[in-house]
Amino acid sequence: MDDYFAVFGLPRKLTVDGEALRRRFYSLSRAHHPDFHQAADDAAQAETLARSALVNRAYRALRDPMARVEYLIALEEGRDTREGADGRPKAPRDLLEEMLEVQEALEEARSGGMDEAAKARLREERTRLAARREAEEAALVARAGEWDAALDAGADRRPLLAWFKERLAARAYLRTVIDDLGEALGEDQDQHVSHRRH
Amino acid sequence: MSRIVGIDLGTTNSLVAYVDANGVPRVIPDADGRTLLPSVVAYTPDGVLVGHPARRQLARHPARTIYSVKRLMGRGYDDVREELPRLPFAVLPAAEVVRIRVDDREVTPPEVSAQVLRALKQRAEAALGETIERAVITVPAYFNDSQRQATKDAGRIAGLDVVRIVNEPTAASLAYGLQRRAQGLIAVYDLGGGTFDVSILRVKDGVFEVLATNGNTHLGGDDFDQALVDWLLEDIRATHDADLSADPEARQELRLAAEAAKCRLSFEARTHLAIPFAEFTYHRDITREDVEARLAPLVERTMGPCRTALKDAGLTPDQIDEVVLVGGSTRVPLVRRWVEELFGKTPHSQLNPDEVVALGAAVQAQILAGGITDMLLLDVTPLSLGIETLGGIVSVLIPRNTTIPTLAKEQFTTSVDGQTVVDLHVLQGERELARDNRSLARFELRGVDPMPAGMPKIEVTFLIDANGILQVRAKELRTGKEASIEVRPTYGLTEAEVERMVDESFEHAEADVHARLLIEARSEADTVANHVERALTQGAQLAEPGELERIRAALAVLRAARAGDDRALIQERTIELNKATERLAEAMMDAALKGALASRRADRILESS
Repeated sequence: MDDYFAVFGLPRKLTVDGEALRRRFYSLSRAHHPDFHQAADDAAQAETLARSALVNRAYRALRDPMARVEYLIALEEGRDTREGADGRPKAPRDLLEEMLEVQEALEEARSGGMDEAAKARLREERTRLAARREAEEAALVARAGEWDAALDAGADRRPLLAWFKERLAARAYLRTVIDDLGEALGEDQDQHVSHRRH
Repeated sequence: MSRIVGIDLGTTNSLVAYVDANGVPRVIPDADGRTLLPSVVAYTPDGVLVGHPARRQLARHPARTIYSVKRLMGRGYDDVREELPRLPFAVLPAAEVVRIRVDDREVTPPEVSAQVLRALKQRAEAALGETIERAVITVPAYFNDSQRQATKDAGRIAGLDVVRIVNEPTAASLAYGLQRRAQGLIAVYDLGGGTFDVSILRVKDGVFEVLATNGNTHLGGDDFDQALVDWLLEDIRATHDADLSADPEARQELRLAAEAAKCRLSFEARTHLAIPFAEFTYHRDITREDVEARLAPLVERTMGPCRTALKDAGLTPDQIDEVVLVGGSTRVPLVRRWVEELFGKTPHSQLNPDEVVALGAAVQAQILAGGITDMLLLDVTPLSLGIETLGGIVSVLIPRNTTIPTLAKEQFTTSVDGQTVVDLHVLQGERELARDNRSLARFELRGVDPMPAGMPKIEVTFLIDANGILQVRAKELRTGKEASIEVRPTYGLTEAEVERMVDESFEHAEADVHARLLIEARSEADTVANHVERALTQGAQLAEPGELERIRAALAVLRAARAGDDRALIQERTIELNKATERLAEAMMDAALKGALASRRADRILESS
């Protein structure tokens, strides 16, 4: 797995100065973008193209605090994930139990007609879960400092890693349920699967 | 390095531009000083006509005059089936690339576009006095891979090395950026003849970073005109008890009249239509409100993509610093009002919305030629790229709005012992099921060493280059051997087909220039002669003594010249005929303005004189 932090000459920390990262991105782009290497031979152009693609992917993975958490945890685990990785992650047990009712309602909605009352209930559920997802994300980003401090102190980061993994899985699961609700309601606010797969 | 020009290959009009010695981008006009080349190609028995002369015979030869071919680029029959009844030319059903039949020949959309590109190439060569072999060509930002590839193919067929495909809204931002040094968060709203794009950019320190883009490649001024034609057909049915919907010539007349009225109503509150048909002349007063009522549902369809683009960029409308309008359709006041309302600020349109994309293409060309080093464009891929997995589900490899160039790697293996070929189906789009997305191509990885199922590890690299076009490479990881890939584009020409078209076009290219000028002169002569003949019947009562005889004589002289191949003589005789008819045409105009006589034929005579 490519180390995107290394691309920007950064330590593997979750706290990143966004403005400095963008400046670095622009200057790396100026160095490697194919626009500035049109006269080079084929091999050099291919090299530039690969380099430029790497810079772009690295920036995308690191520019946003949430994406950064996802990427760093995958990197720490040595898991070879890519953007848009397929497969639904395993959600924490308590969350699964909590969602039993929603899933049942979803099944019902899928298997047949839904009256207005049922629709209203699903809509309400979706709003609640969206808020819950935001809370999960805030909690994830909020512990970024702890991770960085543990890294600096040379402390054991495994418990923290386990916690991040679990909350990321919970978030991914919430996302899926929210999307499924939207689909069942026929009002997919965002008809785009790419979102859930980032 | 030789010069690179910038080309805006539009649905309705096309332009070519370059950056001059002072670093100023300029649109190159034709010999008559016109910058816009109508994207219309007429296949006549004498040869091919492009631009204004082709446009003038839209209503006369609807079946062999191809317009708005951009809407067919990179598309399959099923994509365009719905609008076929409205097209006066024959689009043939085909499993892959659509073909257009003109008399006994068949042409593909890239070949038609190549005619427009070749005309622009010749225009640039004449103006700059040098051979032009390289170009940057713009496409709608929301064009998918097939549509981009088709545009590149068109360039090759026209004898141009397309060094870059650039997105139209981003090109526009380059033109604005160069001339005004704009900084901050910019929204480009680009509504052209056939396509709609919106792009959100951050412009800072010479870097033009596209944050998100969205659009609709089937929404533009053409649809505005169509909505008006449908409305007028309805009105004609009600007022004259006539159904003209199946008459291609009448439809073209109506379309041209609707387009002209739409343009007038961008500046005036009301206008009058007078369209002569065989049985009757249709008169109607229309107001801007009438038109806006018909266009509102179409303009509304641009709002969703704007909101999605903002959301994808992580921005709210109030964070946008500047809104830029691009494309001829943004002249419609209704469009401006809606855009202003959405973004909460007055949009800019200092640069001519018809020319700004071509100017931006010239700027990008100059960057690629090394002439500009302080500007850098970082664009995105508009659609998510994925592969079909078990159960027809799409697995996204590269999400939409990812900065390009970009790449994704994926490992594949075999499912049967001894399997030596692996199939991949690549798609573009945002839907979960493969069948709801755009099929780009099927790739066949060949030459896998026979091994037990699941043993081979084939790493496939999907790379989207700076043109937004996909390149695929494959490698067997155990052996390190490059696997060969056979690409079967779903809606594209194969390499062999493009080669053949390039060869064919070379065979014709040289003889073309002179032949084309002669064909144009003849076509122009025919157009004028036709109008004069109509004037002779419709305006006879307005003629002075001896006038009709003089006109008939001039007509006969022109006919004689047209039979020969002396281009200068044909043009001279055409001008003489126009002069001979001038007074009568004016008299007819006057009469028409008084409502006594239909005006359209007469004002065409004036237009062509």
